[in-house]
Amino acid sequence: MLDGEMTLSLFALQLLNGVEYGLLLFLVASGLTLIFGVLGVLNFAHGSFYMLGAYLAYWIAARSGSLFVAMLIGVPMMLLVGWVVERLAISRLYSRDHLSHVLLTYGLVLVLNDLQRFLFGSDVHGVPTPRPFSFGIALGEAQTWSAYRAFTSTICLAIALAIRQVLLGTRFGMRVRAGATDSEMVEALGIDVRRLLSILFAAGTALAAFAGMLAAPLTTVYPGMGEGVLIVSFVVVVIGGIGSVKGAFVGALLVGIADTFGKVLLPGVSSAIVYAVMAAVLLWRPRGFFGQAAR
Amino acid sequence: MNRRVRVALLVVAAALALVPLIADRFWVQFAAKVMISCIFAASLDLLVGYGGMVSLAHAAFYGLAAYLLAGLSNGAGIAALPASLPLCLLGVGIVALGIGWLTLRTSGVYFVMVTLAFTEMLFHLFNEAPGLGGSDGLYISSRPIAQRTTVYVAIWASLVGAYLLLERVARGPFGRVLVGIRINEARMRTLGFPTRRYKLTAFVIGALVAGLAGYLDATLYGFVNPAQLGWRQSGLVLVTVLLGGKGTLYGPMLGAALITLVEHFAAGATEYWGTLIGAIAIATVLLLPAGLAGVLQGTRG
Repeated sequence: MLDGEMTLSLFALQLLNGVEYGLLLFLVASGLTLIFGVLGVLNFAHGSFYMLGAYLAYWIAARSGSLFVAMLIGVPMMLLVGWVVERLAISRLYSRDHLSHVLLTYGLVLVLNDLQRFLFGSDVHGVPTPRPFSFGIALGEAQTWSAYRAFTSTICLAIALAIRQVLLGTRFGMRVRAGATDSEMVEALGIDVRRLLSILFAAGTALAAFAGMLAAPLTTVYPGMGEGVLIVSFVVVVIGGIGSVKGAFVGALLVGIADTFGKVLLPGVSSAIVYAVMAAVLLWRPRGFFGQAAR
Repeated sequence: MNRRVRVALLVVAAALALVPLIADRFWVQFAAKVMISCIFAASLDLLVGYGGMVSLAHAAFYGLAAYLLAGLSNGAGIAALPASLPLCLLGVGIVALGIGWLTLRTSGVYFVMVTLAFTEMLFHLFNEAPGLGGSDGLYISSRPIAQRTTVYVAIWASLVGAYLLLERVARGPFGRVLVGIRINEARMRTLGFPTRRYKLTAFVIGALVAGLAGYLDATLYGFVNPAQLGWRQSGLVLVTVLLGGKGTLYGPMLGAALITLVEHFAAGATEYWGTLIGAIAIATVLLLPAGLAGVLQGTRG
């Protein structure tokens, strides 16, 4: 980017990177927003699941030699982790105020951080890009886009479409949406809401962990990686409107693109860009793009 | 507040005043640290316990005051207490007014997330800005008070002053309106109270007292680092408020003293002391919803 000039191919590369980062954020933020929308719980431990996913990917991939094997083993493991956490801790929060949610899930963050240090140590680890995708896709004459990023984007987009399909097109999704609107009514109709909530929380946990696994080759794996993602996901949810999956999608893309271009155009203050976007949205629409009235 | 609590507070305050006469350097420093944590926790209680504002931006004001002192002292040579304290608090007040004005456009969980986001933004700014020493932070070249016992006395006086101020604000007419807003904001608005202005005022008062605590911290230790204004710090002080019992002012101070003790001794004994703090947070939510103050008063919430 000489003389502040941005060539078309560089612009395209940054846009693609921004979209890819945004799609990855969506996997984390969609779980966060659904868990709040249906369970009514603000989950600070959501980023810790992302971090655990990344560490599992590193650990299993280092032993099996394949990130895909790590995903196949790791995702069911994290489904189980999510289910256990919901049964043991989160389910006790349903009748409590959000102050209790913040405090209990903050406690979980501290415990899970120590668990990660105990199991995997405090070192930073790299995860090699899976061989089938370790090449570049040419963009114009000088730029290449990593094939792994293209793969990640495709998978995330497929998952986003699948989430949409499940929510809008299946009986389970219908119950989830009904639960988000009025869980007492859903219970009165004879639907096992408790099981629904367990499944939803476990699914959200696995999604966040899967995002961590996908991101592992792109970002390296390090302690505290979950907290950064958690806070950016909060920004996404605030921008999109809490409880709205559509909002999370729009918010995630906006944040992903703003962050990526910020790093190129305003390197000194890049980390503040995302928050500036959030502040602007708050000024304009305090409940985000697709937020509903107070619940 | 009943009589027994008042007597207990007086006894503790008197005992703290005597610490430099009887204890060695380590315990004097430790008592000073506990008192600073008490100021910080009580200031958050005004927001959380009375105003119902679950702010995760509180540590930002603590750290900001410390950085402002470092800037004034290292950059402009202004360290003397009569000049540096008002300037630091002025800076904190302006930032708190800005952040409060923006974040109080939201409420409930939005407020929690948005205050967290602004804290993180400040953290990044201080962590990455050139000349601020990155994650190592800064040493303060000349502190407002050099003499160790004088620092202790200043911290003691600040604790007493901050407590009296917060008690006056929280239990006076202003505090009653604030509690009314926490319980039913729509009703208070209908009654004609400008509820957002009340909340913003409480937010700024809490931030100023938190800033005082941060200023004293920097005076005591002589350095600042960005971890002091990170979100974990905000979460930790929230744990102390809830553990002690929100909405009582003295409860959070009790919680702060306990957590400071746990932090100090557990951190010396094991590298997994975070789990202990986390377990305390979880146990508080599940077993002690009214905190230690609730146990003392025989109401378990």
